Amino acid sequence: MATEAPPPPQSPEGGSPVQPTTEAFLEAQNSPEFAELRRSHRSFAFPLTVGFIAWYLLYVLLSSYADDFMSKIVFANFNVAFVFGLAQFATTFLIAWFYSRHATNKLDPQAAAIKSRLEADA
Amino acid sequence: MSAAHSSHAVIQLAASTSSTSEHRPLIITLFAVFVAATLGITVWAGRQTKSASDFYAGGRQFTAFQNGLAVSGDYMSAASFLGIAGAIALFGYDGFLYSIGFLVAWLVALLLVAEPLRNSGRYTMGDVLAYRMRQRPVRTAAGVSTIVVSIFYLLAQMAGAGVLVALLLGITSDAGKILIVALVGVLMILYVTIGGMKGTTWVQMVKAVLLIAGALLMTLMVLWKFDFNVSDLLGTAAEKSGHGSAFLEPGLKYGATDVSKLDFISLGIALVLGTAGLPHILIRFYTVPTAKAARKSVNWAIGIIGAFYLMTIALGFGAAALIGPEEIKAKNPAGNAAAPQLAEYLGGLGTTGGAVMLAVISAVAFATILAVVAGLTLASSSSFAHDIYANVIRKGKATEKEEMSAARWATVAIGVVSIGLGAMARDLNVAGLVALAFAVAASANLPTILYSLFWKRFTTQGALWSIYGGLASSVLLVLFSPVVSGKASSMFPDVDFAWFPLENPGLISIPLGFLLGWVGSVLSKEEPDKGKYAELEVKSLTGTGAH
Repeated sequence: MATEAPPPPQSPEGGSPVQPTTEAFLEAQNSPEFAELRRSHRSFAFPLTVGFIAWYLLYVLLSSYADDFMSKIVFANFNVAFVFGLAQFATTFLIAWFYSRHATNKLDPQAAAIKSRLEADA
Repeated sequence: MSAAHSSHAVIQLAASTSSTSEHRPLIITLFAVFVAATLGITVWAGRQTKSASDFYAGGRQFTAFQNGLAVSGDYMSAASFLGIAGAIALFGYDGFLYSIGFLVAWLVALLLVAEPLRNSGRYTMGDVLAYRMRQRPVRTAAGVSTIVVSIFYLLAQMAGAGVLVALLLGITSDAGKILIVALVGVLMILYVTIGGMKGTTWVQMVKAVLLIAGALLMTLMVLWKFDFNVSDLLGTAAEKSGHGSAFLEPGLKYGATDVSKLDFISLGIALVLGTAGLPHILIRFYTVPTAKAARKSVNWAIGIIGAFYLMTIALGFGAAALIGPEEIKAKNPAGNAAAPQLAEYLGGLGTTGGAVMLAVISAVAFATILAVVAGLTLASSSSFAHDIYANVIRKGKATEKEEMSAARWATVAIGVVSIGLGAMARDLNVAGLVALAFAVAASANLPTILYSLFWKRFTTQGALWSIYGGLASSVLLVLFSPVVSGKASSMFPDVDFAWFPLENPGLISIPLGFLLGWVGSVLSKEEPDKGKYAELEVKSLTGTGAH
């Protein structure tokens, strides 16, 4: 994992890590590299958050107001409600994996590059 | 219901009560072994706790897997284990709805909160909330909100301890219950003052392993009884429940009226948005070295907690199928004894195997309460010492030693307060208190966390309006809800000042918390601090200068 950000340079006794100046942070915030990192994070995490909350609320609303639909038998003793509930588990595991893959491949390398440049200048 | 059937239930009840008192020495022995082992760990961790970073954040040296276990141990409370198993056993599908909200909630923490918080904070939730803002007012608000949320959660655990003891040890006298609450309080003070975050983390890891192992053993034994045919298990549970197929459908608990349906939606929103605002969960992310490790620990937690909630299906429906609702209700009307009853049944009623299973599962339930209580105490005393004492009262001039000493004294104070409140609250509705803690966290904490991290125009006024507005509205709505008065199950059943119909305030107070944060910022004359926002945003996404 060559792209993983190294732990902050600090003494093992827990001294303060290297702190760039506020001007350096402002400059970094306005850099195209950081704009790209912010976009990579937000364009992935925000729609996904809206999506899974909507999916969960759909489940909550159906459980409250769609008795006929939820009580339909899918097979054996498993009805739609049960399968829908298990689907919430499955999508939660899937989204966690999906986000982590995105973070490892896209976010971590960009973040590490910005961080090492800022800390080298500090 | 035939007379033969009910007399059968009475005989069963009498049998299981007498077996409880016979097996009391075994339960107490196992519990004492757990307490001795965890105190040993605590003393060992205490010897290695020297700096403030050790005390508050366990030296930030835990691995992602260790922290994932500890997060799970911090999160899966007695409400999860005894409460959900019991709710499924009595209400079937509606009990299962809780599990889903508690699990999906972790995605909010994973996608939006865990990594930025780890990168930009140091010891407390207040570190992040106050980062860009005027320190003293926002630190104070964050400290107040942390302590309020944690105390409500603590009360639920303390009340739960009293219920458990009555159920498992057959202690029903008030003095006995108060004694147990006091014992829990003393243990939590010892864990936190001596072991700090290191000791607490290890206690939570041990508890998580015990809980998962106990649940897995029972799940396998239940499935074994049904030849691993889950459909058969569900069918038998539905048949034994007396509700037929309705037992496997939503609506038995929440589907009665339009109000109860709205209440369920309110609860669902509070559960899914509350987790990422619980201070005792958030501070766990400071115990790992990097944001990437924080992310991995959430992934471990999602896996462990998800697996556990899947097992509650087998435990709950298993209890319904093998024990039946009447015997479960006879022991505890809310179903809290279903899991221990199932354990005894699986081991063999009236045999040594049954006694051992009952004792083991009871000890696991005690361990569960102790680990959660330690995490809550640490979160609130850290916030008092770091946010309120060091940054507000001493204006940042306290030495590390003074701050840690304040944290230890705060732990003792919070412990004593919880023993007092817990002794008074021993008969309160446990589930109501936990849901309240989630609703308060989602209303008062989550909006400010998200606005602070992601909205550049957020101001001190917005933060204060959101925290205090969310806190006040959620607490007041509960005060005027059926949780407190007007119903037989209320805290004060004899009076009625409940003009708010829902038991959970989240439907109103969470949107209000978000709205107040926005309005407060827009109406604010103060310019947001651009430099501080640059620091926070760049730090939170890159880990530059992270502690």
